[in-house]
Amino acid sequence: MRDPLVELTERGLYCRAGDFYIDPWQPVDRAVVTHAHSDHAIGECAHYLTAAPGRDLLAMRVGDGAAIQPLAYGEAIVHHGVGVSLHPAGHILGSAQVRLEHHGEVWVVSGDYKLSPDPTCAAFEAVRCHCFISESTFGLPIFRWAPPAATMHDVAAWWRANQQSGRTSLLLCYALGKAQRLLAGLDPEIGPIYVHGAVERCNAVYRAGGVRLPAAPPVLEAARSAEFERALILAPPSAQGTPWTRRFKRPVRGFASGWMQIRGTRRRKVVDRGFVLSDHADWPELLAAIAGTGAERVLVTHGYAQALARHLCERGLDAQPLATRFVGEAGGEEVLPAPEPTDASDPPEDEPAEDELSDMSEPPASEETAP
Amino acid sequence: MRSFAALYAALDETTRTSEKVAAMRAYLAAAPPEDAAWAVYFLIGRKPRQAVGARKLRTWVSEAAGVSEWLFEECHEAVGDIAETAALLLPPPSRTTEQPLHRWVHDRLLPLAGKDEAAQRADLRAAWDELDRNERLVFHKLITGAFRVGVSQRLVIAALAELGELAPATVAHRLMGDWQPSAAQFRGLVAAESDQPSASRPYPFLLAHALEGEPAELGPRDAWQAEWKYDGIRAQVVRRGGQLFVWSRGEELIGERFPELAAAAGRLAEGTVLDGELLPWKDGELLPFAELQRRIGRKNLSRTILAEVPVTFLAFDALEAGGRDLRERPLAERRPILEQLLAPLAGEVLRVSPVVTAATWQELAALRQDSRARGVEGLMLKRRAAPYGVGRVRGDWWKWKLDPLVVDAVLVYAQSGSGRRASLFTDYTFAVWQDGALVPFCKAYSGLTDAELTEVDRFVRAHTLERFGPVRSVTPELVFEIGFEGIARSRRHKSGVAVRFPRILRWRRDKQPVDADHIDALEALLGA
Repeated sequence: MRDPLVELTERGLYCRAGDFYIDPWQPVDRAVVTHAHSDHAIGECAHYLTAAPGRDLLAMRVGDGAAIQPLAYGEAIVHHGVGVSLHPAGHILGSAQVRLEHHGEVWVVSGDYKLSPDPTCAAFEAVRCHCFISESTFGLPIFRWAPPAATMHDVAAWWRANQQSGRTSLLLCYALGKAQRLLAGLDPEIGPIYVHGAVERCNAVYRAGGVRLPAAPPVLEAARSAEFERALILAPPSAQGTPWTRRFKRPVRGFASGWMQIRGTRRRKVVDRGFVLSDHADWPELLAAIAGTGAERVLVTHGYAQALARHLCERGLDAQPLATRFVGEAGGEEVLPAPEPTDASDPPEDEPAEDELSDMSEPPASEETAP
Repeated sequence: MRSFAALYAALDETTRTSEKVAAMRAYLAAAPPEDAAWAVYFLIGRKPRQAVGARKLRTWVSEAAGVSEWLFEECHEAVGDIAETAALLLPPPSRTTEQPLHRWVHDRLLPLAGKDEAAQRADLRAAWDELDRNERLVFHKLITGAFRVGVSQRLVIAALAELGELAPATVAHRLMGDWQPSAAQFRGLVAAESDQPSASRPYPFLLAHALEGEPAELGPRDAWQAEWKYDGIRAQVVRRGGQLFVWSRGEELIGERFPELAAAAGRLAEGTVLDGELLPWKDGELLPFAELQRRIGRKNLSRTILAEVPVTFLAFDALEAGGRDLRERPLAERRPILEQLLAPLAGEVLRVSPVVTAATWQELAALRQDSRARGVEGLMLKRRAAPYGVGRVRGDWWKWKLDPLVVDAVLVYAQSGSGRRASLFTDYTFAVWQDGALVPFCKAYSGLTDAELTEVDRFVRAHTLERFGPVRSVTPELVFEIGFEGIARSRRHKSGVAVRFPRILRWRRDKQPVDADHIDALEALLGA
């Protein structure tokens, strides 16, 4: 039996044949980066390879001086005999699945992905492979997203209702990816839109990359007389409870995240309204994507890896959880107040979501309850 | 059902009380009175009996959703609420209905409990096919007897009072006691003039606040009446229409459980309502509350248990005499009336709560130190000039309790909470040392801040040793100071003791598990 094409090491997912890492969590010589979220893109690697549309986002994350080689979607290069190509993952701008081919064996590392439509990035592409390494952030059947258009309709209705009561709509979301997706789906006719500085930095990169977004100046550049009562403000969760938000009188707070599907997480966030909108695949999308690869072997990373792998095994696949350190969609945890970030560090101050990964042991079969 | 589910979602989504009241008011104004009546019934926390248990719901939902039961359990653990898990897992409905709430209750909900399993399963499948996610959540909460929403009775009363342009106290009184939801009942609830109240209807209980400062700050000693604060079951005895009704504070009729009281209080004059405390009392001695719990726990009241744990009703207020409502009269006038009412009847079963006499606050404070020896929790201070208010009125009744008993204990088990705390590990079991091992001695749920809860939750997830269903054992590392009101020997507990009202006083980050208390510390308190 030959060595696995990708293995889990202390520093992250490693392709021994090609001697490079995929989304390592410690600095390495060569890193293939699926996308620019902080749990996937670490600084101080000597060489980076990433999808061309995501090049500037990665530079924003790891520094302008980094050696980043962009690769167009679908274009293949060969490194130490391993064919490497990147394919759209539909997660955020420039997000990619990594396809590896070695001696006729094909593996795909999904990174983070979704199948539902998103006007700000290329749509997920199914890639046939022998082994698929899939994320599982929302890998439980309770997670089933409504069509994004319906959610955007709810956001618009919420904004209008807040305007009628003369209160600012403060919508909390990831600064990278989610904010641009929301922005692209909002109707600027409803009222003015402003953004937090961290969102603006990402917007600038999206706009430069040719993604059309409505006008949304940073709050700090807004005139003193700005009508925040009618406005919708996009800000990262870390802005909540900071002095930055005090300029808005009695804002109504919304939160856009897949975790809003569960009432308990929404209530713990102490926001007024939760919108279920995620850049990760829900349960049906995960199953569809996995089936679409034709893979017989599936390795499941961050999220509900154990549950999804067990379910896939019951369906006759060879599936196993893989204990990576990716975070997925942070938000299962409390949002801790933090000062306005001075750089574009994104799901940043947000702590990792529930740490299912350090906890891979099976529960005991015993039904006995503790005293 | 649709609009009631929308109300439930609206109440669930906002944390602002003004918005909750506005949402309830809008619903109650727009709904047909039959629906509004049931809505009020559910909102104030009355429940139909459980029709379907959680186990059956889990099995049938797993079946309908095509998921294995282990996967249902994984989902349940993520969501923390079985009704919500079930609502999220089921496939979307194929049709919708506009059936009003009361029809759902009468035609679908109430008959469910009496049916056999096959019929229940068929009914649920039919219901799921016409209810959306929000409606299913409410439906599941109702059939499993777990309906609860984040509004207090006070807020429901506020909404009804606004709607009927009534004083909240009037609405509160009309909501007391035994009533069945109906259109006529709802109209009566918000009507300007009320019909004659039913004979059984109790008055809303006046509740006390904990005294935080020094009693001297309350003013002159003689403006206040002091009584012992007993640990029993708060109850109201209503003697009207030739009948006797005993109500608990949870507004349950509990007379049948206390036959000796029924016999003694049956001799009260017609048109009498007394407020007081039911206590385990034998041969002129107060017994520990645990004894009363032992009696409450029994399905059948055997002659043995009646003999072992007889009860006394210790009356401390007269709310009605000669059919007249006395609540507006000051305590200084109600007290002599109470004494007169009970003078001819007082015996082992009916007693008047004695007034504690002490000329000064200092003298009273000294007497309070004896509380534990007397088996009481401290003192009650009641303003002599105050009327008997409605609900938790601040400033007239104070609980002046002894400081709690305290030990340092180690967190050993955790379980996720419910409601706002669902999917967060917030329910803890604590242990103390005995022969070199940690022996669990109490569970405590409250006392930590939200930030601390989140931190402990993270600890539990990272330090799980074993899972037992929903319970996890954790590495014994965290030490907490646990306070409680009383302690008694117990054969049912591994540690041999049972504590009353345990709660977390603070997280002792400065202590290691080895610094936690030994069982001897609890044993010593038994004698205190």
